[in-house]
Amino acid sequence: MTNWITKTLITATLLAAPLAATPALADDNQTVRLGIDVPYEPFVMRSADGQLEGFEIDLGNELCKRAKLDCTWVEQPWDGIIPGLLARKYDAILSSMAITPERERQVLFSLPYYNTPSVWITARDRDIDIADKASLKGLSVGVQRGTIRDVYVTQEYGDVLDIQRYGSSQDVVNDLKAGRLDLTFEDFPIAVDAIDFRGDNSPYKQVGPSIKTPTSIFGKGAAMAFRKRDKALAAKFDQAICAVYADGTFDKLMHQYFDYDLSVRPSQQDCAQ
Amino acid sequence: MDQLNAWFTQLLAGNAIFTANTLGFYWNGLVTTVQLVFLCLLLGILLAIPLAIGRGSKRWWIKWPIYAYTYVFRGTPLLIQLYLVYYGVVFFNGIQDTIFWEVFKDAFYPALIAFTLNTAAYTTEIFRGAIKNTAKGEIEAARAYGMSKGLMMRRIILPSAFRRALPAYGNEVIFMLHASAVASVVTIMDLTGAAYYVYARFYAPFPAFIFVALIYLCLTFSIMFVFRRLEKRLLAHLRPRGA
Repeated sequence: MTNWITKTLITATLLAAPLAATPALADDNQTVRLGIDVPYEPFVMRSADGQLEGFEIDLGNELCKRAKLDCTWVEQPWDGIIPGLLARKYDAILSSMAITPERERQVLFSLPYYNTPSVWITARDRDIDIADKASLKGLSVGVQRGTIRDVYVTQEYGDVLDIQRYGSSQDVVNDLKAGRLDLTFEDFPIAVDAIDFRGDNSPYKQVGPSIKTPTSIFGKGAAMAFRKRDKALAAKFDQAICAVYADGTFDKLMHQYFDYDLSVRPSQQDCAQ
Repeated sequence: MDQLNAWFTQLLAGNAIFTANTLGFYWNGLVTTVQLVFLCLLLGILLAIPLAIGRGSKRWWIKWPIYAYTYVFRGTPLLIQLYLVYYGVVFFNGIQDTIFWEVFKDAFYPALIAFTLNTAAYTTEIFRGAIKNTAKGEIEAARAYGMSKGLMMRRIILPSAFRRALPAYGNEVIFMLHASAVASVVTIMDLTGAAYYVYARFYAPFPAFIFVALIYLCLTFSIMFVFRRLEKRLLAHLRPRGA
């Protein structure tokens, strides 16, 4: 039923699109409009004089340069960002959109360009070795219910850790601070924001490495999104993503904005076209 | 057993949600819910009997605190009471180092405490109403026999009050079962917690919640059945003869 409505709506939108007299995408040096949700610091924000800036703005401009395309940015709130793409308000989304199977049904994704890891957090005075599974027996871990982190912990540590599932990530943080949890497993930016585990005086610390794999659980990261039919445009940006990784531009930009690694290096196979 | 197993496997084939794994979640949830509700009702009734007697006392320093307690716990949502007990205790500095933390560290006991206090407040008022409605003649007769107050309470007032309270108490039991669904917000994997988990895991709200609703329905009907039987037995003297 819903599917039928969606299809009708999309069809109607597509039929109506030519009326808006949108110029069709030509081959070279055509203006490509990139949709982005502002702000999402430090990925995108407004500077004091009203200009867009941030990691994704710099990265996007760099990608357009590689693809020999003129790009402009179109602001679009997050909840309408896919409908806006399908309605041709812009030609691509470059807005920290993670690849998920649900979205893959509606849009065409480029290669992923960044991926944030998940991290284990515990109290500073605790001595916990994540790698030594036997030593974890009976310890409690808090996760937000139904997230990729819940899936990972359940699958990998379900037999040793006592998993506590919460409705919101704020509740997890509360119970970690209350002392009810031995560990939490958090998305890196959230952990930086809410627990501030990296400060010298922070009562918390990270244990073990940052986790990004397996991709069957954590996904492939954030990618650009295109209309399904714009395969040629997507291919250009795939090549551009490969290029910024290959010549170190990505790393340079990344270090400019972050003191941690969120790269997701494309494989040779992905780049060979 | 093999046959049952085979039947079960066939039943589960071709559906991604109700696997042996998730059914295990539901089963553990059922056990937790029944444990939690049974224990809180048991403790609640033990608390409620003395409180109901005290509530009818002539001494203001017994009567008023009990009234204040039932007023507060009947006047606020159970969810808020649960939050206060679970997250609120943390604001007592240093509680982590005391023996109380053994109780409050786990999610089960804070939930049990909140539920017990809540149901005890309602049950107190139910019993108190039943005690108040004891026929004057019965009390006069007991006095005429020279019974002390304690003996009168034990032999005359409480037994008849329990019978009168039975239908209302049956409702309270069912309400408590339904109210226990809030336990899942403090990480307890009760029936609702299991349903939430399946929902979040498979993005399938309808199957996850309709299944758990059916389990709650079965539990409710079992409780109703038990109370029907009890009422039939204990309130037999109130039915017209020959009915």
